[in-house]
Amino acid sequence: MKVLKIATAGSVDDGKSTLIGRLLYDTKSLTDDKLEAIEKTSKQKGYDYLDFSLATDGLVAEREQGITIDVAHIYFSTASKSYIIADTPGHVEYTRNMVTGASTSQAAIILIDARKGVIEQTNRHFFINNLLRIKDVIVAINKMDLVDYSEEVFNTIKSDFEKLMAKRDYQGQKITFIPVSALKGDNVVNSSERTPWYNGQTLLEHLEELDLEDIYNTGTPRFPVQYVVRPKTEEFHDFRGFTGKVYGGELSVGDEIVVLPSMTRSKIKNIFFYDQEYQTAPRRSSVTITLEDEVNVSRGDMLVKVGDLPTIDKQLTATVSWMDSDSLVTGGKYVVQHGINKVLAKVDAIEHKINPDYSGIEENANTLQMNDIAKVRLKFNKPIFYDRFKDHRTNGSFIIIDTRTNHTAGVGFIE
Amino acid sequence: MNTLTEEIVKPEVLELPERPIANALEHEAIYIFREVAAQFEKPVLLFSGGKDSITLVRLAQKAFWPAKIPFPLMHIDTGHNFPETIEFRDKLVDELGVELIVRKVQDSIDQGKVVEETGKYASRNMLQTTTLLDAIEEFKFDACIGGARRDEEKARAKERIFSVRDDFGQWDEKNQRPELFDMLNGQIELGQNVRVFPISNWTELDVWSYIEKENIEIPSIYFAHKRNVFLRDGLIWSAEDAVVFRAADETVEERMVRFRTVGDMSCTAAVESHADTIEKVVVEIRESKISERGARIDDKRSEAAMEKRKQQGYF
Repeated sequence: MKVLKIATAGSVDDGKSTLIGRLLYDTKSLTDDKLEAIEKTSKQKGYDYLDFSLATDGLVAEREQGITIDVAHIYFSTASKSYIIADTPGHVEYTRNMVTGASTSQAAIILIDARKGVIEQTNRHFFINNLLRIKDVIVAINKMDLVDYSEEVFNTIKSDFEKLMAKRDYQGQKITFIPVSALKGDNVVNSSERTPWYNGQTLLEHLEELDLEDIYNTGTPRFPVQYVVRPKTEEFHDFRGFTGKVYGGELSVGDEIVVLPSMTRSKIKNIFFYDQEYQTAPRRSSVTITLEDEVNVSRGDMLVKVGDLPTIDKQLTATVSWMDSDSLVTGGKYVVQHGINKVLAKVDAIEHKINPDYSGIEENANTLQMNDIAKVRLKFNKPIFYDRFKDHRTNGSFIIIDTRTNHTAGVGFIE
Repeated sequence: MNTLTEEIVKPEVLELPERPIANALEHEAIYIFREVAAQFEKPVLLFSGGKDSITLVRLAQKAFWPAKIPFPLMHIDTGHNFPETIEFRDKLVDELGVELIVRKVQDSIDQGKVVEETGKYASRNMLQTTTLLDAIEEFKFDACIGGARRDEEKARAKERIFSVRDDFGQWDEKNQRPELFDMLNGQIELGQNVRVFPISNWTELDVWSYIEKENIEIPSIYFAHKRNVFLRDGLIWSAEDAVVFRAADETVEERMVRFRTVGDMSCTAAVESHADTIEKVVVEIRESKISERGARIDDKRSEAAMEKRKQQGYF
């Protein structure tokens, strides 16, 4: 059984929640009591259809305003796959939620209202999914029922979108266009007779066939040490286990490793998962490692293979997406959390802001407001061990914490 | 030696043999537990005796082996417990060799901090919040680990893995910290605390499948048994416990039932079932047409019942 995590993006009223509700309904994933509640509330509101957004909009303010404010996670499965959908709001001030949802997703659905076509928001949604290097993007052109299922409308939107694609940075991204009506159920799970001109797959058919290539697997393992286990019991008197999650590739017993930043060399002696010993720790496993030699290792240190070192530096340049209502300022001091490692950081310079519609860059910027995306140079009080985001998703990204509020104020993708 | 690859994750595909989601999620949960131990000074694991908190205990054991779990367990005791869960709790704590803290809702009532609800639907579920917040203050806990899952309820679907609460224990749902990749930001000010949900991404079926695979012991009330019950509002109520109010015209009958969630007895209904083994329970959950919280009266109070409770500091 495979797991596919999908982020959704769309503007207010594009029908994102309705689309997700439709997926749940047509895959028979809604339980009777939930369906009953939707029927009851739809009737109370005087609708002549079932309002599936009621299944996902979990907050009172969302139901009142009929919009999605915060990321919700929705789970459903088919015979072949388990799906986790991050329902991310399209409202302009909540762009950070979209970046958040996309950061852990393998695929994304961008919704477009067929009546409105490609708008500024669509630009932004595509830009973010491209920035985060999401492998598969599905452009669902929704509300086809309101444009008489017109092939011409579909083709116009498709060609407008293709103009955006020409300017994208990550050209390897796969993009698929599907005409749907979430409300009426056309081409979501079941293919529609009302779009005879469309011979492609329905949304679900497409998702079912997506090739789940592991974009996190780079072959270069990184093991940030989270926590040192020292039981100090009679049985395990000298046990010093370094716990952490393996990123990028796998580690095996006998591997020659370097401890960063001390640059001490040793060999992996044991790999434990709970009380069992293993030969190899694959990517994404949370294991406990012991070393052949007594070396000093503490939280924030990193084990890597000899000859496979990341960049070790006290400065870097990154594309930063700013997420906080307090602006980022040149010269400002923050905490940067890179994986589990925290360092003090100073904003050396904002090289330029990037227009979210790909139309160009804006130089001479000294501050970043919420939703701004910019190339930023940062300096740290001590070195961190990083890779480029395009080479290593986890070791190539970091968050910026505002020390006054402790908020996660921004995210960076290392160049 | 085994190859971990066979057991856990194949690096080239996101596929895990046998129980893929539960298994990948197990590693995520262990990662979260270790972040809690590293980032906070005084964490506590909130233990109700239910299947989700029992699962948490197993994950914590795995995260810190061969050391003991490096934080205490705390039970907020409504006084309306199924007797089986209390026996179970004490036995488990004994085996683990960890500290158990118990704080009672009855004490909050006796101190006049909360008032007992009355009437047909009276429950102590809401009252727990006050007892919990007082305990957090008393012990200066900065992280409380709980077994809430996003699939349980739609307000919970919006919850973060590290969820910051203010001095009053309140959840500011519109101003939550974004969580990117694996990075968990646990920086807080004095007086604030973080609620941590290591099994956020698990579904009910994932939990049951994990209990089956790991052969984890759980209280007997989760399995089908004969019980004296009565029907109200289409739900099955236990008639064996004085804390559940029963009107004179509500007649008692014996049925085969089990409990799907184990909360405060006064707001947890039973379901009709013949699933008397873990294997049968997993099959039953897989085929179920009713959601897990469909038998929780506390959620039926209004569409926003859970959100309101969370804002006030409820788990």
